[in-house]
Amino acid sequence: MLRFLVRRLIVALLVVATVMTLAFILTRLSGDLAVSIAGPSATQADVDAVRKAYGLDRPLIAQFFDWVGRAATGDLGDSYFFKTRVSTLIGERMPVTLTLGLTGLVIALFVSLPLGILAAVRENTALDRIVQVVALLGQAMPSFWLGLLLMILFGLKLGWLPISGTDSWESYIMPGVVLAFSAIPAVTRLTRAGMIQAMGSDYIRTARAKGLSRASILLKHALRNAAIPVVAIAAVQFGFMLGGSIVIEQVFALHGVGFLAWESIGKNDFPVVQSVVLVLAVIFVLLTMLADLLNAVLDPRLRSA
Amino acid sequence: MSLTATGSGSSVGSSSQSSRGPRRGWRSAGTWFGAVIVGLAAFCAIFAPLLVPHDPFAQDLGKRLLVPFWMEGSNPEHLLGTDQLGRDYLSRLIWGCRISMLIGVTVSFVSGLIGITLGVMGGFLGGRTDDAVLFAITARLSLPVVLVALAVVGLLGSSMTLLVITLGLLLWDRFAVVSRATTMQVRNLDYVAAAWCAGCSRFRILTREVLPNIASHLVVVATLEIALAILLEAALSFLGLGVPPPLPSWGLMIAEAKDYMFFSPWIIMIPGIALFVLVLGINLLGDGLRDQFGARTAP
Repeated sequence: MLRFLVRRLIVALLVVATVMTLAFILTRLSGDLAVSIAGPSATQADVDAVRKAYGLDRPLIAQFFDWVGRAATGDLGDSYFFKTRVSTLIGERMPVTLTLGLTGLVIALFVSLPLGILAAVRENTALDRIVQVVALLGQAMPSFWLGLLLMILFGLKLGWLPISGTDSWESYIMPGVVLAFSAIPAVTRLTRAGMIQAMGSDYIRTARAKGLSRASILLKHALRNAAIPVVAIAAVQFGFMLGGSIVIEQVFALHGVGFLAWESIGKNDFPVVQSVVLVLAVIFVLLTMLADLLNAVLDPRLRSA
Repeated sequence: MSLTATGSGSSVGSSSQSSRGPRRGWRSAGTWFGAVIVGLAAFCAIFAPLLVPHDPFAQDLGKRLLVPFWMEGSNPEHLLGTDQLGRDYLSRLIWGCRISMLIGVTVSFVSGLIGITLGVMGGFLGGRTDDAVLFAITARLSLPVVLVALAVVGLLGSSMTLLVITLGLLLWDRFAVVSRATTMQVRNLDYVAAAWCAGCSRFRILTREVLPNIASHLVVVATLEIALAILLEAALSFLGLGVPPPLPSWGLMIAEAKDYMFFSPWIIMIPGIALFVLVLGINLLGDGLRDQFGARTAP
């Protein structure tokens, strides 16, 4: 178990290092940053002043290690546009994104788990087919378009929910539903497949032979085993949701981390852009690690992997 | 590493394990529906310049926001109405199909090239190479795709070529996961052993024995990737950092129409439904192909 942990941790650190390198390269792609920061009407002297002020006159390697060294201690640098620390900015915006992501995850699980279990129990019936069609429809739905449709229907026509902003918990319902749509197909299919596999296994036959009730077999025996891959994919999907919330935050004008990144891209505020990429990647790595650990705890067979 | 779980939420990787009975009527109906949609879209994409009733770029401010044919006061010359600049909506829709299909196919080609190369190498060679490939997949999955694509396009300026390259560099993970897993299965089969014994070179075994036998799985992945690329392109264009205007990408059409959607909802309905139906069609076709191939080539 310890070896597994150490191995997993080393891989995670290497992934983070790779992401840092990529994020750094990414923000330097546009060529001379000083020119774009100084703006179109700047003189050569202005550009030089900017270059010096932001330390862009140093060699790239020095800038890179400077960034890595600071980031390792939690210092993500200063935003060019907002004139504040990037870590403060991200800290302020993160609660909105996390709330949105968690709302989406909870809605997705509330829909997918019962659907997946139902489909598995009634395998190859009309119900099973309907669930699979629902999953297919969800997969094809463009999230931003669904968001706009919900806004027209529930915001304007019915007037039930606020169209944008983060004033109340109700503001998170529509974006949460839209975000959940991106995870529902995958989680439903996995729950269904896991349940079908579990229901066909020997211990379920034993449980049946012992005369246990149907509910007890389903929930206590089958679901517990089917839950292992579902837990893993739920964690991973949560990571994808946080990354994908950028589109939905923009549609519903939720000022989360994704919105911050979108604004900063438009303003060439590269310390913010590279930091958001890094923070989202670190969260994703932590989530997958958590999923693997949970799996290893739940299923000892996986520990040797 | 739980790569099956991180396979970006599709059941492709596990397709060979899922229950596979004889194909049922409704399923093959779905496949046919998908095939018709994709065929129609391919036709529109290829012959778009001949099919459009009007110039999709020509503005006519005197005819702004004409309503489509099912609404009162529509103009028979513009079946699906006109947009906020008076451009014919049907023409833009057809041209948008061309753009979606072009992006979907080219992105899938680029990402397929990268992913299959990595996956086959990892699966076939094993050892250190495989560790490196697994690491590359893990690192790639930890990058937030939409954000990175937005940042690249935002910093370098939007163009079709850049968009295709960026998405291609980001969407190879599923190709790599599936080709790696299937190569590992094929590698240990008898005909590969026979080829080794016959003295075939490693390259010959890869190209003549392994690739043809995993090709069907890869075709399925390719369809799913085309659908994903089309959805992503639409989302990026919607955010203003995808296909540059005035090109009529469906995502861009929705973004441009957003300001008018509360008064005339049809204006976002039309490109949205087109996008939804096309992606649904591609996915249905992909599922159908998976059933078809799966029954035949299950290892």
